[in-house]
Amino acid sequence: MSAQLAATDPHEVADAAGHDHGDHGHHAVVENNFMGLPNIKLAMWAFLGSECMFFGSLIGTYFFYHGKALAGPLPQDVFSIGITSISTFLLLMSSLTMALAVDAMKQRNPATARNFLVITALLGATFVGFQVYEFSHFVHLGLKLSTSLFGSTFYVMTGFHGGHVTVGVIWLSMLALLIHKGKLNPAKLPINVEVAGLYWHFVDIVWIVIFTFVYLLEFIQ
Amino acid sequence: MAALSVFDKALEPVYHQEREVKYGLVDWLTTVDHKKIGVLYGVAGLFYLLVGGLEALLFRIQIAKPDQNIFVGDTFNGLVTMHATTMVFMAVMPLIAAFSNYFVPLMIGARDVAFPRMNAFSWWTFCFGSILLNSSLIFAEFPAAGWTGYAPLTTKAMSPSAGIDFWWAGLTMLAISSMVAGVNFVVTILNMRAPGMTLMRVPVLVWMMMVIQFLLAFSFPPVAVGLILLSFDRTFGTVFYEYTMGGDPHLWQHLFWVFGHPEVYVLILPSMGIVSEILPVFARRPLFGQHAVIFSGIFIGFVGFGVWGHHMFTAGMGPIADAVFASTTAIIAIPTGVKIFNWLGTLWGAKMTYPTPMIFALSFIPLFTIGGLSGIMHANAPLDLQQHDSYFVVAHFHYVLVGGALMGLFAGFYFYMPKVTGKLMNEALGKVHFWLFAIGLNLTFWPMHDLGNRGMPRRIYTYPADAGWNFDNLLATSGVFLMAAGTLVFVYNILTSLKNGKAAGRDPWDACTLEWLADSPPKAHNFDFTPIVFSERPLWDHKHTADMAIPVPAAAEEIHMPSYSWKPMWVSGGIVLILVGLLLLHTIPFSWLISVAGGLSIIGSLYAWVTEPV
Repeated sequence: MSAQLAATDPHEVADAAGHDHGDHGHHAVVENNFMGLPNIKLAMWAFLGSECMFFGSLIGTYFFYHGKALAGPLPQDVFSIGITSISTFLLLMSSLTMALAVDAMKQRNPATARNFLVITALLGATFVGFQVYEFSHFVHLGLKLSTSLFGSTFYVMTGFHGGHVTVGVIWLSMLALLIHKGKLNPAKLPINVEVAGLYWHFVDIVWIVIFTFVYLLEFIQ
Repeated sequence: MAALSVFDKALEPVYHQEREVKYGLVDWLTTVDHKKIGVLYGVAGLFYLLVGGLEALLFRIQIAKPDQNIFVGDTFNGLVTMHATTMVFMAVMPLIAAFSNYFVPLMIGARDVAFPRMNAFSWWTFCFGSILLNSSLIFAEFPAAGWTGYAPLTTKAMSPSAGIDFWWAGLTMLAISSMVAGVNFVVTILNMRAPGMTLMRVPVLVWMMMVIQFLLAFSFPPVAVGLILLSFDRTFGTVFYEYTMGGDPHLWQHLFWVFGHPEVYVLILPSMGIVSEILPVFARRPLFGQHAVIFSGIFIGFVGFGVWGHHMFTAGMGPIADAVFASTTAIIAIPTGVKIFNWLGTLWGAKMTYPTPMIFALSFIPLFTIGGLSGIMHANAPLDLQQHDSYFVVAHFHYVLVGGALMGLFAGFYFYMPKVTGKLMNEALGKVHFWLFAIGLNLTFWPMHDLGNRGMPRRIYTYPADAGWNFDNLLATSGVFLMAAGTLVFVYNILTSLKNGKAAGRDPWDACTLEWLADSPPKAHNFDFTPIVFSERPLWDHKHTADMAIPVPAAAEEIHMPSYSWKPMWVSGGIVLILVGLLLLHTIPFSWLISVAGGLSIIGSLYAWVTEPV
């Protein structure tokens, strides 16, 4: 696969290609020109940069409209720091289990990695469950999408975060299933799990930002 | 001195491929070959160039004379909106994608992009998105709120027509396509270069392509958010843009222009790259200050994210924001000027030849500079207050986009088509195309400066006879006919050259970069062996410097080529289903089931995607 070709040292590529540039009298020098990251990992970092702009725009929109809602309920009326703290804790713990999955895979231990992936996915799903409960509770308190700018910005911002967690849950479950069935190239398993981990940690970090700035700051007097 | 004929003696590589290549239509539907995807983008881009041109021709006929009643009201607005949307997103961007797909891997000595199936996914998402956007004409009517789609003008109350729904749905798909392509090409250029091709040995065109891939990846998310908020307002009753609920009209403008201004550089930087490749070849000397040209392109990319407010000087951002955006905008003139002086330095005293690609590339410099100079005028906030929304602005961005971006792309077509088709394009027809188009564009857009200064606003569909705008408007419309004629000559030239063109050979222009090492047209695997790069001009040094000849290995190389795949198209199709379900939400009961089906089909397709052997 071309991706593997790129990840290799250029001298090896040249040698594999039958080039011999040790003693053929070339004055010119072949220099190493790769970034030192596998394609898929570099792609994930670029994608996460793109995602930063995405969530930056959503969170920016929330603060652009903060305090401009013309009708209640307002954030202080609906937020329940206790409940959200529990779901936040669970999500943060899922980052720990994700890191353990990545580590297990690095030690070439697919069964352990699979188990930690399942635990991570379950923790993520629990977080999404909390969010569903939170949303229905807020609607019960009278905050709908169309109620006010607060309703619109809050639901869409946290909803898209929850959507990302859901995508992550599907991804990790699929990965665990594929590892279980042995359908993936064993040589590529560590990098596959690591890249899924990058995504998962990113989604967690976005939640830390939202929990801190949207929920906690609301209660600073 | 090594001739290029040594490459003829290279052995064919030994293929490892999971599935046999399909032929005919199935091949084009399932291909993951960057060259075929490039051709698909090119054909689509040329098609939409004709469509967008036709739309312009129609509304220019309406305002050729005062008090006409051919296309009035929302028909006119729809034509204007679709002209701009088509030209920006469905003509120039896919033409750029055609060049980046076809030539970036060739120019860096790679066999394909980093993620071939993701590349096919970008193409199908673009293809379906552009069809979805244009299908508004069949199922509803053209969106008529301008290509900038300013909310609250696009809210349900102001634009009840479903045209806007097709607009946000189609643009969302184009945004996904561009973001995915951006990530793919950033990785390709950083990671897939041939041995020895350090970053400073990467050709200028590839550098400019890398800058715009970063711009695509980082500037599309804000407008995607703006479009998502708009879709929620129109579909689920949120109040982001509802001024009766406290919604602020600045919100859309910020989200749109944070994307919109980097987008301008997405459109122009590739043409600057193409010109930087062509001028040295026909001036027979290296590009003057190649590194300065590269770094000024990078600088434009960075600062391009900090200038969006100059589209909003009249929106009331306050004096501090105005001053900041005026300053950053003026700063952009510096790296742009660096490039212009480097091109002039390249040409200074050179013994030039003037085939068609060269005259297009040469015309780029003054035409782009005219647009650049009126752009600096807009950096001046007080002056911009007077010019805002007038034809002066229309003149400015058409000089940049037609005189700049499009002339650069035409130059690229004449320069690179021999590589794609193996046939040289007709020189006489090329020059007819050039003169028709160059005269036509100046005839159309130069009088618009005058119209703007005389106070003619953009996007009006008629005007009284005594406004003093009659002569300029007639000139402008007659120029459009010349451009249309030139474009038809161009298309005719492509088609006849395919059949009757002279064989191009490997290196018809005696050029200096790696793409000319491959066959014309290149084989599926591009190069029989992995080329090793010793300098910025590997092919030139191969031809002229004995100890820098590119070594041809004695043994055949073993390569793995990716197989065809249906999965990219399936995933794109799933996105279409999700959007169609949303578009029909208030028309057909339970249409959300279509969206659910789309989501499930994406999950299924992705499972098949990761498990299929490539």
